[in-house]
Amino acid sequence: MTAPAEFPPPFDADDAIAAPTDEDTIDVGVLVVGAGPAGLACAIRFGQLLEEHPETAERLGEVPLAVLEKGKQPGSHLLSGAVVNPRSLRRLFKDRKRIDELPFFGPVEGEAVYFLTRRGHVRIPAPPTMRNHGNYIASLSQLGRWLAEQAEEAGAMVLPETSAVQLLVEHGRVRGVRTGDKGRGREGEELANFEPGADITARVTVLAEGTQGHLTGVALQHFGLAGENPQVWALGVKEVWRVAKPLRGIVHTMGWPLRGGARYREFGGSFMYPMADDMVCVGMVVGLDYRDAELSVHDLLQELKTHTVFRRVLDGGERLEWGAKTIPEGGFVALPRRLHAPGLLLCGDGAGFVNVPALKGVHYAVESGRLAAEAAFASLQPGATPATALSAYDDAIRQSFIWSDLQEVRNMRQAFGRGFWLGGALASAMTVTKGRFPPGDARTERDAEQTLLRTDRASQYPAPDGKLTFDKLSSVFASGNKTRDDQPSHIRIRTDVPEEVGRMWERMCPAQVYEWVDGEVRVTPSNCVQCGAITAKGGRLTPPEGGSGPEYTRT
Amino acid sequence: MKIAVCVKHVPEGHGRIEPGSKRLDRSGEGALNHFDANAVEEALRLKGDGDGEVVVVSMGPDKAADSLRKALAMGADRAVLVSDAAIAGSDLVATSKVLAGALAREQADLVLFGQQAEDADGAVLWAAVAERLRRPVVSQAAEVTVSGETVRVKRQTEFGYDVIETPLPAVVAVSDAINEPRYPSLKGIMGAKKKPFETLALADVGVDAGEVGDPGSKTEVLALGDPPSRGDARKIEGDANAAQAIVDFLAEKRLV
Amino acid sequence: MTVLVFLEHHDGEIQKGSLGVLGKAASLGDADAVLVGDGVSSLASEAGKHGAKKVHVADDASVAAPLSQPRVDVLATLAGGYDAVFFANSVLAADIAAGLAARLDAGLNWDLVDVTSEFVGKRPALGDSVLVDVGWRSTPRLALFRSGSFDAQETGGTAEINDVAVALEDFSTQAAMVEQAHAEASGPSIEDADVIVAGGRGLGAPENFTLAEELARALGGAVGATRAVVDAGWYPYSAQIGQTGKTVSPKLYVALGISGAIQHKVGMQSSNVIVAINKDPNAPIFEFSDLGVVGDVHEIVPKLTELVRARKS
Repeated sequence: MTAPAEFPPPFDADDAIAAPTDEDTIDVGVLVVGAGPAGLACAIRFGQLLEEHPETAERLGEVPLAVLEKGKQPGSHLLSGAVVNPRSLRRLFKDRKRIDELPFFGPVEGEAVYFLTRRGHVRIPAPPTMRNHGNYIASLSQLGRWLAEQAEEAGAMVLPETSAVQLLVEHGRVRGVRTGDKGRGREGEELANFEPGADITARVTVLAEGTQGHLTGVALQHFGLAGENPQVWALGVKEVWRVAKPLRGIVHTMGWPLRGGARYREFGGSFMYPMADDMVCVGMVVGLDYRDAELSVHDLLQELKTHTVFRRVLDGGERLEWGAKTIPEGGFVALPRRLHAPGLLLCGDGAGFVNVPALKGVHYAVESGRLAAEAAFASLQPGATPATALSAYDDAIRQSFIWSDLQEVRNMRQAFGRGFWLGGALASAMTVTKGRFPPGDARTERDAEQTLLRTDRASQYPAPDGKLTFDKLSSVFASGNKTRDDQPSHIRIRTDVPEEVGRMWERMCPAQVYEWVDGEVRVTPSNCVQCGAITAKGGRLTPPEGGSGPEYTRT
Repeated sequence: MKIAVCVKHVPEGHGRIEPGSKRLDRSGEGALNHFDANAVEEALRLKGDGDGEVVVVSMGPDKAADSLRKALAMGADRAVLVSDAAIAGSDLVATSKVLAGALAREQADLVLFGQQAEDADGAVLWAAVAERLRRPVVSQAAEVTVSGETVRVKRQTEFGYDVIETPLPAVVAVSDAINEPRYPSLKGIMGAKKKPFETLALADVGVDAGEVGDPGSKTEVLALGDPPSRGDARKIEGDANAAQAIVDFLAEKRLV
Repeated sequence: MTVLVFLEHHDGEIQKGSLGVLGKAASLGDADAVLVGDGVSSLASEAGKHGAKKVHVADDASVAAPLSQPRVDVLATLAGGYDAVFFANSVLAADIAAGLAARLDAGLNWDLVDVTSEFVGKRPALGDSVLVDVGWRSTPRLALFRSGSFDAQETGGTAEINDVAVALEDFSTQAAMVEQAHAEASGPSIEDADVIVAGGRGLGAPENFTLAEELARALGGAVGATRAVVDAGWYPYSAQIGQTGKTVSPKLYVALGISGAIQHKVGMQSSNVIVAINKDPNAPIFEFSDLGVVGDVHEIVPKLTELVRARKS
């Protein structure tokens, strides 16, 4: 039995480290990579601080803070459930904004958790970690777009369609990033409108790249920031639907179509949330430590929709959008041992701030971005020692609710590695004792280290009917993906792998980037929606040309 | 030389028609009509390193500013947006009045348009604008050269290429084959925010509210329906007589 | 109902598209035609045979070149007397129609595929996914029809001729034709082609693109390719049809070994007639083709090419 980890991708993090060149660099005060909730919260908070301290603003030059976003615009690459805990946003806006000014769909009005079997469902009480009273339903993509507007009003310069491909490091200190080239052909040749990337230097660089952040991964390795336990991920595939009848209340399910046996390691569940009166979203989330090479989260979602619980809501409706993204699931034990390096701060999903049992990460991202802004600001004051100033960020995170929340639920996910039934019992024990039992930290294993097995799981996936269930290619279309084809492949994998691995990748990828053809892996990079699953399972995703990938609007 | 480029901010992604107003849903994200990017690129090429000026002009809602900024980021010098609530729903007659009004203020030597608008698929606007400006117009330009006071255009038609010359000032619509629009550099994007940007109301371009929008339009959308299905889709199986069956089908449709 | 139809001509012949529109106009009421050019009087009888009651002839050296603005001047003097003015779409006709709309402040609806006797125009929109009914609020109603919407039919009548004096605006005579178009040596480009034969992965190997090329040559069309085969290096990107390639709407689209994924479909779904050959009976392309052939391209296409060649000779 093989494991994908036996075929490491041809990727060297050192290739993504470079010294700043002197020609034509663009200099800004603070550089944020990623216009997601973490990066934008950082920009907004920093803008507030500059407003209160104009002398600092003056010292930072023309562009005190810039945010780079690799998607077409802020929100294009944002995807989540999402049920958001508003506490961080309240704190960020210092109650200057009322809840009804935030782009939420509305408060959670009731929730149900079901355990599904193929033909039935049983309502089970919501686990204490999953109670959502006081929380709001949102489209993260829309929230991102709104936060970007707030960030610009606060004085930040947001630069979409701009990827950050290299970390600029000099004398052990992060100086900024190099942005990606545009206008290269498939073989890397310069096309007629070739535009080289630029060096952007800054006093502080904040990496808020989200799940599988490219430079975050590079920084963790280069500066030795990673914790003892490796990060693990889940893959979520989600659809937004227009429906005939409004859905009241949010729904979470466990059980079918996932298999509870320990050898399968199928951990996850589904969600269905109302958005407007005529819109709902539905999604399937599965840990990437699953072992069956025939498992396809996209197809599990299609299968899920045929169950009454979902079918009765979606029948007669119209699918509006589709998307996929990974979620870091290691929790507390997989956090980096340090969240800063000279000139560098790590925030949000990229740092792993996700509470898996509660399915929450957005409010941690916002809070971490806010704290990063404060640490960056402090480090820019006259008399501040750069080294200690940024370490204050680590202290602040450790004193925040991010830390205490994650610590409380720290072994939940790892327990589920032992199957739903045993895992469920352990999880309940953890909840009841607020994390104190069982003692010790469970060791996480890397997703790519799981050995593969093959079953005939695929035979149960429904044939797409184009009304309720859909194939992968039309789903990629529904993500708004229009990636330019004639550019170099941004995926680093070995194509000479055994069939098991090749077929596993074929099923794993929700966007049909990998196909097993004639004994080797065929890659169609332009389908990629940059979910990050490949990095968890033996390859390495890097950013393609800025502006590529999905164009989510309501995910 | 002063070059004005007319650009449009069009809805992104798959268009949707609002069933109520029967107009295109423009509430979502938008972007610079990619055919207009060819026109902006051509203007920048013609200006080269000289001391001419490239001004981009658009008619649209406030967020059309995004597309104008993209053109500024590519290298245009100045932007003008005519934005007024009364404008929504303007047809060709009304739109051409507004644009002509804005262009008359500019008195550009050369006015460029892109080949068509992604949203209305209309490939006609420039001729109407040129008529109002009383200037010569040449469309489907696959190549444009300016020497002195004359512009020479290689026009792409169904029959091949014409070469047409006209003195400036003139209006030229470029085809998408003419060039590959440049990517704005980061410096360009950052610099765009500082370039002059004017927002005009209808009165500034000499047009009355009654001449635009619904009251000013001479065409209207009456209803939306499903397109006729492809009729009797036929299917043949097997190789044996397939070729003959296909030829018979093509003959029936008068395609051979 | 009185309709004026602009007849485009090239190399001494009236364009079939214009004659088709003339026929449609004649079915709605009285249809008159207008011919503008140098030495066009001889074409007036052809117009009569295709349904024109009266033909306005503006025969003058000053309007020899196929330029739009002088034609706007001519039509502007005539259009006022009609309920509608019809055009068959072309590069020239579109410019004339729009210029005339601005001259007369008259409504112009374009990309029409039909019009009713109550003057409700039918136009496909959003990649042909929806059919829109459009109307006019004033006269004359200017209508630009998609090329090939109507077939030309000889009804065998004779038309009354009206010679029109040509008086041109200053700005209409500024553009000058320096060199007029000559036919392309190497087949039509994808954008202009009336026929496209496109190949997908079902062709099996890059060498098999010759099947598409031979058939295209026989049909007088251009060759297209799907993203998959361009990605694989079988054919150049300039031939790619689809969401991230070109969008085409030829009269005939022949799809060889193409599955019909939506990324490809959006690039060719407005083609008039779609013929698909694919050995997979469940290929999505069969859901939107007019003739679907489940079979082997390697067996069918060579025979098809031969038969087409035979018919044409």
